Amino acid sequence: MPGPDLLSSQGLRLDGRRPNELRRIRCKLGVFTQPDGSAYLEQGNTKVLAAVYGPHQASKSKSTTEGVVVNCQYSMATFSTGERKNRPRGDRKSQEMSLHLRQALTAAIKTELYPRSQIDIYVEVLQADGGAYCAGVNAASLALIDAGIPLRAYACACSASMAWRNGEPEPLLDVGHVEEAAGGVVLTVASLPNTGSIALLEMSHRLHMDYFKVVLSRAMQGCRDIEIILDKAVRDHLAEGWTKQDVVTI
Amino acid sequence: MWTTKTFLTKTKRGNILKIVREHYLRDDLLCGSSACNICPHKDEEYVLDSKPDSVCALFDYPHYLLLDTNVVLHQIDVLEEDALKNVIMLQTVLEEVKHQNTAIFQRILEVINNKKRKFYSFVNEHHKDTYVERNPGEKQNDRNDRAIRKAASWYALHLSVNNVAGQFPQIVLLTDDENNRKIAQEEGIVCCSVKDYIENVNGFVGLIDKLSKNVIPETCSKDALYPAHFTPTQIHTGIRNGKLYQGTFHASRDNFLEGTVSVNRFEKPILLQGHIGINRAVDGDLVAIEVFPEEEWRKPSDIVLEDKADDPGDLLEEESALLSSAKPLDSSKDEITPTGKVVGIIRRKWRQYCGILMPSKFPGATRHLFTPAEKRIPRVRIETRQSDVLASQRILVALDSWPRNSRYPLGHFVRALGPIGDKDAENEVILLEHDVPHARFSEAVLACLPPNDWTIPEEEIKKRVDLRSICICSVDPPGCTDIDDALHARPIDGVTADGLKKYEVGVHIADVTYFVRPNTALDKEAASRSTTVYLVDRRIDMVPDLLSSNLCSLRGGEERLAFSCVWEIDENANVLSTKFHKSVIKSAAAMTYEEAQITIDNSSRKDEIARSLRTLNALAKKLKQKRLDNGALLLASPEIRFQVDSETHDPVEVQAKKIMDTNSMVEEFMLLANVSVAEKLAEEFPQCALLRRHPSPPPANFTTFLKATRQQGFEIDVSTNKSFSKSLDEAVLPGRPFFNTMLRIMATRCMQQAVYFSSGTLSHPDYYHYGLACPIYTHFTSPIRRYADVIVHRLLAACIGEDVTHASLLDTKQADSICDNLNYRHRQAQYAGRASVALNTHILFKNRIEIESAVVLSVKRNALQVLIPKYGLEGPLYLPSDKFTYNEEEHYQICSDVTLKTFDELTVRLTLDSTNLQHRKLVFQLVKPHVPGFSYVPEDSGMEVESVASAEEVKETPIKKRKETKQSKPKKKSKNQ
Repeated sequence: MPGPDLLSSQGLRLDGRRPNELRRIRCKLGVFTQPDGSAYLEQGNTKVLAAVYGPHQASKSKSTTEGVVVNCQYSMATFSTGERKNRPRGDRKSQEMSLHLRQALTAAIKTELYPRSQIDIYVEVLQADGGAYCAGVNAASLALIDAGIPLRAYACACSASMAWRNGEPEPLLDVGHVEEAAGGVVLTVASLPNTGSIALLEMSHRLHMDYFKVVLSRAMQGCRDIEIILDKAVRDHLAEGWTKQDVVTI
Repeated sequence: MWTTKTFLTKTKRGNILKIVREHYLRDDLLCGSSACNICPHKDEEYVLDSKPDSVCALFDYPHYLLLDTNVVLHQIDVLEEDALKNVIMLQTVLEEVKHQNTAIFQRILEVINNKKRKFYSFVNEHHKDTYVERNPGEKQNDRNDRAIRKAASWYALHLSVNNVAGQFPQIVLLTDDENNRKIAQEEGIVCCSVKDYIENVNGFVGLIDKLSKNVIPETCSKDALYPAHFTPTQIHTGIRNGKLYQGTFHASRDNFLEGTVSVNRFEKPILLQGHIGINRAVDGDLVAIEVFPEEEWRKPSDIVLEDKADDPGDLLEEESALLSSAKPLDSSKDEITPTGKVVGIIRRKWRQYCGILMPSKFPGATRHLFTPAEKRIPRVRIETRQSDVLASQRILVALDSWPRNSRYPLGHFVRALGPIGDKDAENEVILLEHDVPHARFSEAVLACLPPNDWTIPEEEIKKRVDLRSICICSVDPPGCTDIDDALHARPIDGVTADGLKKYEVGVHIADVTYFVRPNTALDKEAASRSTTVYLVDRRIDMVPDLLSSNLCSLRGGEERLAFSCVWEIDENANVLSTKFHKSVIKSAAAMTYEEAQITIDNSSRKDEIARSLRTLNALAKKLKQKRLDNGALLLASPEIRFQVDSETHDPVEVQAKKIMDTNSMVEEFMLLANVSVAEKLAEEFPQCALLRRHPSPPPANFTTFLKATRQQGFEIDVSTNKSFSKSLDEAVLPGRPFFNTMLRIMATRCMQQAVYFSSGTLSHPDYYHYGLACPIYTHFTSPIRRYADVIVHRLLAACIGEDVTHASLLDTKQADSICDNLNYRHRQAQYAGRASVALNTHILFKNRIEIESAVVLSVKRNALQVLIPKYGLEGPLYLPSDKFTYNEEEHYQICSDVTLKTFDELTVRLTLDSTNLQHRKLVFQLVKPHVPGFSYVPEDSGMEVESVASAEEVKETPIKKRKETKQSKPKKKSKNQ
């Protein structure tokens, strides 16, 4: 069991949330004019920008007749973490995250519609406070919508962890940095909640099979909750008058 | 459902790092009061009464109490009493308590969880109306005080607004912080100090005694006896720049003015001497010390010193006598240890102490001294009005503080355990002092048990290997009711490649895990107890009696579930194959060691049991020889058995435990089973197997031992366990049969403790068991009385697919924490067992005087530590310094023509000194060799006149002593041989 108590005896987490609550999500579509689509998303103190270029003609080497090539780049700003990061992108972790992003987003995009073309998705983490990958997927999902690219469903990602309350296991939704650092298991799920399918599943430690189901179902519930929030944001954005080209300062 | 306000909390650490954390404020937190009709409580969420009865005369209207942090920290004993109810515990307070003292935090959680006490914990830090942000420049303490006041006024407002009827409970803030009280009053909050409140509580006798004494701040120097401690920041910087060191303080058992602190940087522990040097540290405290320059280093004083019996008041006595005697003479360099002094206490590790009250000489006084049973704890000054009653009782006392102007620490009375000398009270003391959980099993635990008339269900038999037809028997000490192992052996067809006969040998262990399922209340209780504790006249079970002495116990003639380990073994005791399975067995006979021995020796018995036992015995001897060839050590410890009076349960006689062939027969097969299981587990679960290791002792442990053996003319090679074992075997003195056993007893004391560990925490070579000389070892064979075996059973069952794994079983971290607890409890259980033996020897010697032969274990400056083999008793024999000279280098005492060294045999007279009820002790008096004027002379010998005369002679010629020694040496040796 992880060192500090992640759940108090009153059932509150360290930051005051209950186990099944997400962090506060705030988001904004169309934050930039240059890319074809962009979005900004905050999940608690984790803040992420996503930009989408394309679909445009793919370079010769990459182009396939099967469908569109999704190209992702995940990078973390040097100032995003407590201690200054030396390399914003290209390190092992970022490369892995890029691959994971691609896997989740390819599942959501109707790739067969654009053979021989390419979509570039850039995700920039401005502030990392746990769950940066999840926020990245959610932001990219919004940016794709802003770019007008046809999707099968919203791609939503959410993490979940395990804690014990009075000796009973209790899964935690949307894990923050403090809870991640406590050393427990973190299960990250990217899914298309509409269809119920899972696009990516990743786990940081070993977790006993007994608990896996509850943790996964909690993470899936989180994805569904996020979908509702994203959907509302998209509808608000459109209702606001999508013709209005507003550049927002962040 | 949740509010979206975000707050940022900033903290700094180490290299100035800004940490930003989210802090959610909620509007769905309940106030927990039945008087409230706004909060959407569900029925079970009401904790506080709507009209609480007031117990305090100061506040005669219904009210809730709200506690400040200092109240919880200092007055936890009052809070544990049933008197105060309807109390609001703020999260701010709980967190501060948790941060400062985890033990108290656990205790207050207990109180909160007790539904009858009506303590409501209110999460004020996350409530939207009670959250307080820290102002720039405000101290954390001040902010917390402000948060507490804010919560208090919020509660008062909340309850009054909701109640139109005008009848609503008030809030009373209890705090001992004067400043806080003043501000609270200005803000219109009703507040009071704990002392005023408790003194006006009616109907609870003795509550006032539990009040903790007020703490005098360290800076107050009025009548100070001790130097002030450094402040935490001073200590912190001191340790950082290497001027101070931190370590745990261990008080000396023999000398109350001496103690040691182990510090990483120094090879030897740092010696602290005198009241000032120790400066109010109590055994176990984490302290900061300053080390003196090398010129002032000296050796430990080597004398036995006890605190004076009378109450000297608040004065520190002269201690120059002690210190000057300890000055380095011309002694060799290696005996000098670094010295230092305590300059600050980092963390107190105070617990509650058992002991007795020494009532003040003045009748009617309320201040008394308390003498703890543990010799390493100083006396405590307590205040009580019940001294007449308590004087004859064993009592439990908690320490509160140790201000600079008090010679003794201040404490308060917690509860009485029973009359002094009463068997139950004395046992209770032993159990409490060794932290042995001994409460009755709770309802929840008992609910996990099968019914009394439980029999093995048919489907369970089908799942298991049926061994009921095999002749299995168990061999145990007499009177054993928790039989957890049984054995069988039978020849099987076929021969090995070398033409040797083959046998099938099985060890069958009670299948406790069938009844103790993981994560049940029963399992948790067993895990926390960890071991069955054996006192002389009482057994504190790890699992309830129904399991330990009935359903799990492999009784003769009854069908029982077992976990079997079955080998094919050839004639020369080589294991050919091993298998493990769960089984059903029916023991043919439950024998004692003696019965089994008789069966083996009785050649007229040719039945299956006898044949089986003979095979086992023969194989065991070969196994043992193999083990010894590998370098296993045969160690010894003085073990005795009491014959207990059947009615009074008082011991009537002692005898050393008899060791028979059958003892070692059972032991060998248990060792074999343990090793086989350990190998299997380590292979299957490299990360979380529970194993047992015995680290090889550091060479430094052997220095005094080697010196002593050299004096007896033996050179012991301790480089490896094999050579050690060999040279121990060779060290035999003809005519002194006990000498070799003596050596082994002493050798045992040089060893490290064997410990449980989880295989994931160490590398493979560290698994080694030094004493048994085997590369891997665990405990499998006593699941009824050891929790380690329960875990091992579960792991093994998972290995062979008989049971499912569960999460906590496979977690290395958790396995590690289980091991820590196992090791701690195991050690405490051993100490408790020894304490119980000591207690019973004292009872035995109450009305007896005996003259027995004894052996010198070690030589101290003013005493000999002697052991009486017959009783396994050990104690100091004080030697007056005017008669005896102590040789520091070679450790012996000389008086004219008598030299006393380690391992020498003496005759001593034993009596019980009951003048001090607390530490009743056995008094040893020297009888032989005869030292004139000192030795006790049996009345009929008629030597008295002579001895007096020679005593005078000795006094006159103290200078000659050295010369005489040289002459006396050879004399002594010839005597010995």
